[in-house]
Amino acid sequence: MSTVARPGAAPLRHRSIARRKAVDLTIKVLSWIGAWIGIAVMAFIVYEVVRRGIAAWDIAFFTQPTPQDVTSSAGGFANAIVGTIVITAVAALIAIPTGFLGGVYLAEFGRNGRLATAVRMIANVVMGVPSIIVGVFAFAILVKPLQHYSGFAGSVALAFIMLPVMARTTEDILNLVPNELRESGLAMGAPRWKVTMGVVFKAARDGLITGATLAIVRVAGETAPLLFTALSSPYWMTGLFGPGGYFGGPVANLTKTIYDFSGSPYPQWQTLAWGGALLIIVAVLGMNILVRLLFQRGKEW
Amino acid sequence: MSTVETQVQQGPGGPPGAASAAPGRRRFHIGDPLFRVLATACGITVAVAMFGLAAVLVYNSWPAISGLGTEVITTVSWSPSTGQYGALAALAGTALSTLVAMVIAVPLALVIALLLVELVHPAVARVVGMGIEMLAAIPSIIYGMVGLFVIVPFIQERFMPWLLGTPLGSIPGLKPGAQFQGGGLSIFTAGVVLAFMVLPFITAVSRDVLKMVPRVTKEAGYGMGSTTWEVMRNISLRYANSGIVGAVFIGLGRALGETMAVAYLIGSLYTDLPHSIFDPGTSIASLIAQQFSEATDKIQVSALIELGLILFLITVLFQILAQFWLRRVQRVTGGRA
Repeated sequence: MSTVARPGAAPLRHRSIARRKAVDLTIKVLSWIGAWIGIAVMAFIVYEVVRRGIAAWDIAFFTQPTPQDVTSSAGGFANAIVGTIVITAVAALIAIPTGFLGGVYLAEFGRNGRLATAVRMIANVVMGVPSIIVGVFAFAILVKPLQHYSGFAGSVALAFIMLPVMARTTEDILNLVPNELRESGLAMGAPRWKVTMGVVFKAARDGLITGATLAIVRVAGETAPLLFTALSSPYWMTGLFGPGGYFGGPVANLTKTIYDFSGSPYPQWQTLAWGGALLIIVAVLGMNILVRLLFQRGKEW
Repeated sequence: MSTVETQVQQGPGGPPGAASAAPGRRRFHIGDPLFRVLATACGITVAVAMFGLAAVLVYNSWPAISGLGTEVITTVSWSPSTGQYGALAALAGTALSTLVAMVIAVPLALVIALLLVELVHPAVARVVGMGIEMLAAIPSIIYGMVGLFVIVPFIQERFMPWLLGTPLGSIPGLKPGAQFQGGGLSIFTAGVVLAFMVLPFITAVSRDVLKMVPRVTKEAGYGMGSTTWEVMRNISLRYANSGIVGAVFIGLGRALGETMAVAYLIGSLYTDLPHSIFDPGTSIASLIAQQFSEATDKIQVSALIELGLILFLITVLFQILAQFWLRRVQRVTGGRA
């Protein structure tokens, strides 16, 4: 008759199975809604850029330089496209070999040593430094002392952003290479550098190309580091030196031109800006998807 | 990788450089030490670059630090024409827009990560995950443009009139302040767009962290008759909570320093503290972006670089915190994802 049972036991809270299942279902539905919101936003952005940008794509867009005043109807983004390619390419030339060897150091030599751990940690931190700060840095070391803007300053800023990305990606990919491959190379009497260059790189080739491409694509769409380094220009780049050259003065580039034109009050300039945005999104997303498909293959050892 | 393999390659006693040079052990290759030195130098370059950046920022902001004292971080108004370099409005705008972004992005990222790890087939998860990750590939300037031409009119014409018609519109913080301009260009709009920019980062790290939770632990939960949500809440999230904190800090660091989208959307009001998230404002990064190339006065440039230094220190702090929490979860779960 006594209701006193299980002395000392914690009272069990009654939870109805219906209620638990309802909560579970709610969370599951919310998860799906969340994922769909993310994907819908992504699709919406692409849709808007394509819809507004496609109108700007004509022959002139790819062949004419940016218009200097609103009265001239002709005008395109050709000088900006060339400028972006040159600025990004030089950045890649600086950052890819350096970052690459940095990654080799982390994966092959430093490993879990104290220095390598510090370098790895700092690289992770640098990857989170806002790109505008890197722009300020490039301004302070290359624009301010030389008293003029330059495409090269823009390249240096972009290279700075690429460097840790390259190093960490290279490290991660080299870590996927089985150690047996290294050991067999060394057992054959090959020197360490030959093993790394010949055996490890070859095994990791797909992944390394992927990493480098993603790093390039990532900085190609950057605006903030170029705002006060490469600035922008309505002219074609004229050679290397002199006020119109790569080292000597402002260089037209896609992102800064898009920024200026989209903020202008003239509809035809805004249309050109959308055309530029479409070009960037096609390049960036296209390369991302292409390279990810390759990457999945590279990952499956 | 463990250090066991390196031992095999190096042989006992001493660093590999010395080992390979030791007579009789192996033929000496000049390429080896050269390659090693070159790679090490490049590795160190990555680290040196950051200290170089910090030093350059400190050096260039020194005129403002010594000349203006604490004016930059304690006074509100930024007005170069009258010689006022107060950036409290920018600090407040940065904090508020980031707060709005995190309130939206963190729950969204967590439910998406739950979906990717627990609810769907790995093949589906890969496709959905790739779609979410693509949000990170879209350049900041495009978020800014779409925000300016599409989201701003929507908020201005549809969302704000609706919100102000409800009781929510009179809550302090939401109630329009003196500088209210219709809510389109506002801290709120910047925050909403920021949320989707940081969403892929928080989602990806949370997903990786949740994947680290040992399968047997979760299976034990299911074996007890728990629902998916109960396993998630009582096991996965408890196990991985320090990693989730790391994921949030990574998103936070990104949101704090995001420049272009915010510059388009936040309204560029430099002279007053925001009274509501629907007021226009400014952020540190967008203030630098908009003022830097127009700055002619030396002290103005220096003050802007000082703001850059402040932003740098804040983001580095959050990155370090993120690394710390992520390492902790790796220790707890005993491995990488």
